[in-house]
Order: sequence, then C-alpha cells, then structure tokens
Amino acid sequence: MNSAANLVALNTIVRREIVRIMRIWTQTLIPPAITMTLYFVIFGKLVGSRIGTMHGFTYMQYIVPGLVMMSIITNSYGNISSSFFGAKFSRAVEEMLVSPMPSWVMLLGYVVGAVARGLIVGCLVLLIALFFTDLHVAHPFITFLSVLLGATVFSLAGFVNAVFAKKFDDIALVPTFVLTPLTYLGGVFYSVDLLSEPWRSISLINPILYMVNAFRFGVLGVSDVNVGVAITVMLAFVVGLSAVALHLLKRGVGLRS
Amino acid sequence: MSPTPTPALVVENLRKTYSNGVEALKGISLTVQPGDFFALLGPNGAGKSTLIGILSSLVNASSGDAQVFGVSVNKQRGKAMQLIGLVPQEINFNQFEKPFDICVNEAGFYGIPRKLAIERAEKYLKELRLWDKAHHQARMLSGGMKRRLMIARAMMNEPKLLILDEPTAGVDIEIRRSMWQFVSGINAAGTTVILTTHYLEEAEQLCRNIAIIDRGTIVENTSMKSLLATLDVETFVLDIKQVPTDLPAIPGITLRRLDEHTLEAEMSRSHDLNSLFAALSAQGMTVTSMRNKSNRLEELFVRLVENGRTNKAEMEKTA
Repeated sequence: MNSAANLVALNTIVRREIVRIMRIWTQTLIPPAITMTLYFVIFGKLVGSRIGTMHGFTYMQYIVPGLVMMSIITNSYGNISSSFFGAKFSRAVEEMLVSPMPSWVMLLGYVVGAVARGLIVGCLVLLIALFFTDLHVAHPFITFLSVLLGATVFSLAGFVNAVFAKKFDDIALVPTFVLTPLTYLGGVFYSVDLLSEPWRSISLINPILYMVNAFRFGVLGVSDVNVGVAITVMLAFVVGLSAVALHLLKRGVGLRS
Repeated sequence: MSPTPTPALVVENLRKTYSNGVEALKGISLTVQPGDFFALLGPNGAGKSTLIGILSSLVNASSGDAQVFGVSVNKQRGKAMQLIGLVPQEINFNQFEKPFDICVNEAGFYGIPRKLAIERAEKYLKELRLWDKAHHQARMLSGGMKRRLMIARAMMNEPKLLILDEPTAGVDIEIRRSMWQFVSGINAAGTTVILTTHYLEEAEQLCRNIAIIDRGTIVENTSMKSLLATLDVETFVLDIKQVPTDLPAIPGITLRRLDEHTLEAEMSRSHDLNSLFAALSAQGMTVTSMRNKSNRLEELFVRLVENGRTNKAEMEKTA
C-alpha cells in the first residue's frame, strides 16, 4: 500500500480504538479516576499531612506526578492488551491480517490508541489532583516527552503480552505479578534516596522508576535519577519492544498458523 | 490473436505441514481462470480451509506458492491481498460493533478513503438486505444476517477474486437463495469466485469448474459439465396419482416407492424413457410430473473420494 493508503489504515485503527474507549467509558475512564481520587484522599491528605515535605514539596505534590504516570502506564498497557487479545479471541483480528495493511501500521494504530487512553486518563487524574493541590509544570517538554515515552513503552509491552496470551487470564498475569509490584516499587510514593543500600541500587533496575522520575522532573523539577538517563532508558525500551512486536507480527506468532 | 488472460489463481505444489505433524496439503496444484465460478469441494479435514488460509495469508505455506492474478502471495503479500475478498467459515467480526462500522473499517484496512468506504458500505449492505440493521450491534443479527454481513464486508475492497468458505452453512433456503443470487450477480459482473460448500446442489447449480480435494491431494479437477457427464446413472423422481405397493419389474430400471404419490426411477443414461412410461401406464399409473433428482454431484463426490482412498491404500500396500 502507498503512504496515503497506510495513513487511512492507521487512522481507521486509531479511530476504532478511541470509539471503543469512549463506548466502554465506565470500564476505561471512570475506574482509574475513582482509584486515584482515593489515593489522593488517603495517601495525599490523610497520611501525607503527617509525613512532611519531600524534596521541598508537600507529600501530596510529590506523589501527584507518580500517580499520574502510574495511571498512564497501567491504562496504556490494559487498553492494548485487552483490545488486541479481544480481537484475537473473537478472530476479528483476521480482518486486519487478511488485508494488505503492513504490520507496522497495525502495531502503530494499536499503540496510538493505547497511548490516547493513557493520555485521556492522565489528564483526568491530573484534573482531579488540582482539587487537592496546586501544581505548576516546571519543564513542559520533558513532561510531555516522558508521558509519551512511558505510555508507548507500556503499550508495546501490552501488545507483546496480548500476542502471546492464549486466554484472558494470561493478560491479567503480567499486570498483577509484574506491573503492579514494579509500579509500587518505582518511586511513586517515595524518593528512592530514602532507601538504604542495596535496595536503592536494586531499585535502579526498575524501568518504571525512570518514567516516574522523568515525569516528576517535568512537573516539579526534581528527580531521583538523571533525566537524560531516564529518557534514554525509555527510548531504548521503545526501540527494543517495537522490534520484538514487529518481529512477532511479521512471523505471525499466535496469529497465523 | 488475443493474449492469454492471466489466471485468477495459480496454485503450485503447495504443501502445508502443521507444527503437530499433520500434513494438511501434500503438494497441490490448480489453476482458476478469470471470471470463473469455481467449486472447491472435499470432506471435512480435506485441506480446503488450509488452502484458503494460505491464499488469504492466515496460514503460512510450508512450501510452494500461489499467485493471484500473477501476484505471488508469498513474495508480494500486500499486493495480492488487495485482489482478494474472503468470506470465512467462522464468524470473525467484533460482535459489539455495528455492521456499518465493520464494513467501513474493513475498507479502511485496505486504504480506501472514508468517503468512498461509506458509499460502498451503504451499497453492499443494501444489496445484501442488511441496511435496516446497519446501525444495530452485530451480535443482534441472526445467523443468516451475520453470514451476509461477512459477504458485504468482503466486497468492500471490490476484489477481483472472492473466496467463500462455506458461506451458506446453517442458513435457511430463502436466505441461501438470495446469497446465491448476489454472488452469481457479482460473478456475472466479472469477479472470479471460489466456493467451498457442503451443499453439493449449490456447487452443481452455481459453479462451472470444480476441484475435489481429499486428505491434502486433489482427486479431481475438471469442468462441472464433464464431471457430471461421467455419471452414467440418472435418477428421476415421478409424481404419480397412486403408487401401488407392488411395483412392476422393468429391465434396466430400478424402481423405488417413496410414498403413495412418489416414485423414484434409477436407470442408465443411455436407457430410453419410453419403456418406463409404457410399464407405468400398463400398471394403471398416471404420471403427473417428473424431475431429475439433483444429487448427481453428491454421488460423484462420494465415488471420487472413495476411489481416491482405495487407490491410495492399494498403492501403499504394493509399496
């Protein structure tokens, strides 16, 4: 297909994904908003008021970027894994597999759709946060870049998960046993500087730490890790996971016999 | 002299062995001419769906190639897929989407601009009598409607080769006939059609050429006319005012009483009908109407598949 046709195909997948997100908004948009409101009330207001400042910010201000990033990555991941696995399960994915659309267009379409959900949820959570605290974005470009890269990394990871998944349980395993622990240990609620060795060094192998801190640097201007390193780590994950996802699509793993 | 047209489909020595060791296709070759209405028949598990899967790129061939209007499915997948429309055996659309969206999205996957996609969706949904359901969730459609929706969806890229894998399975006769009418119409307009079906009457009525596949090999590939001509026995169904319980013995003709008003007569194609009518008249039976029993292809199909299996077993014994 030529580039104009590829653009039409890409637009079709993105539109379909966004229609899906909006059609089931009670499953896609409301739950993260409620969960994050509870985090703000319990950890930010009730517990946070007794903790004091962290890196010169109130505890509420400190955890807002982490919670926003946590919402973005879990929703990006959840969107693509459930949507693509759903298409595989219902065999609707065959509509795309028998079309002349190149693999990269299909992957990009799903990733853009998942990033879009991450961004919508991220904006919602940020809006809710403004009811609890004041926020001023210190570095808008870093903020945007870290959101985009963080959402992309987890969209790609969710896609790979959906390709290998054989049943719905398989797409719940990774979020439960990998994503959630890594998120909670990724500096969402605390600065890793508070940890003693070896836990601080061990924390540095957690990719979510870099995403949370890059975003926190963008919003608050403080970070536990070098922002350049954080962006490089995210870029490396984007490149690596894209290569894996494209390879799987081209070989038809889990899709073609 | 006009140049020979490029065949709609050329399958060359296609093999497929699945990872569990099942050899679904054992080096099959066949050619389908442009504009043909081609029947691909075979018992369950014969390899028909594997062949269709390879043509539509859902199954990777172990070796060999297929060319659609001269375009290799292996080497130029994207270009080949532009030429194909597929109606699969199983329902494979998102049941929570609306038929209109399913069709428009399908066109989008082929790079067809949205405005044109909307026009085509309306056209084909109307032609397949689904327009009043276009904006309902697809899961609310009946089985026959879902099958028609898959035909409408397959038409969105206006393919040069339409492949229908048992499109009328489980569909009532009225809807089946309307589907035949639609598919015959698009074939008459120039689209090459490949049909697999278990309703052999359907293949006999619609198709001009036929391939019979069994256990991964092609046991027959010829024109429908010449295949039917090999059948030397013909069966007639006669409607009679009152069929007696004792039937006359007529040399060369086997009579069967189906009920008190229906009689079946099986005879060689070379046998004349006069002796049949004379014998029936002599018994006081009045024939009110008569028709061919349309199971000719079924008889041939069973015979060809059985012969193929017997020959293979004998060859294996000899080896």
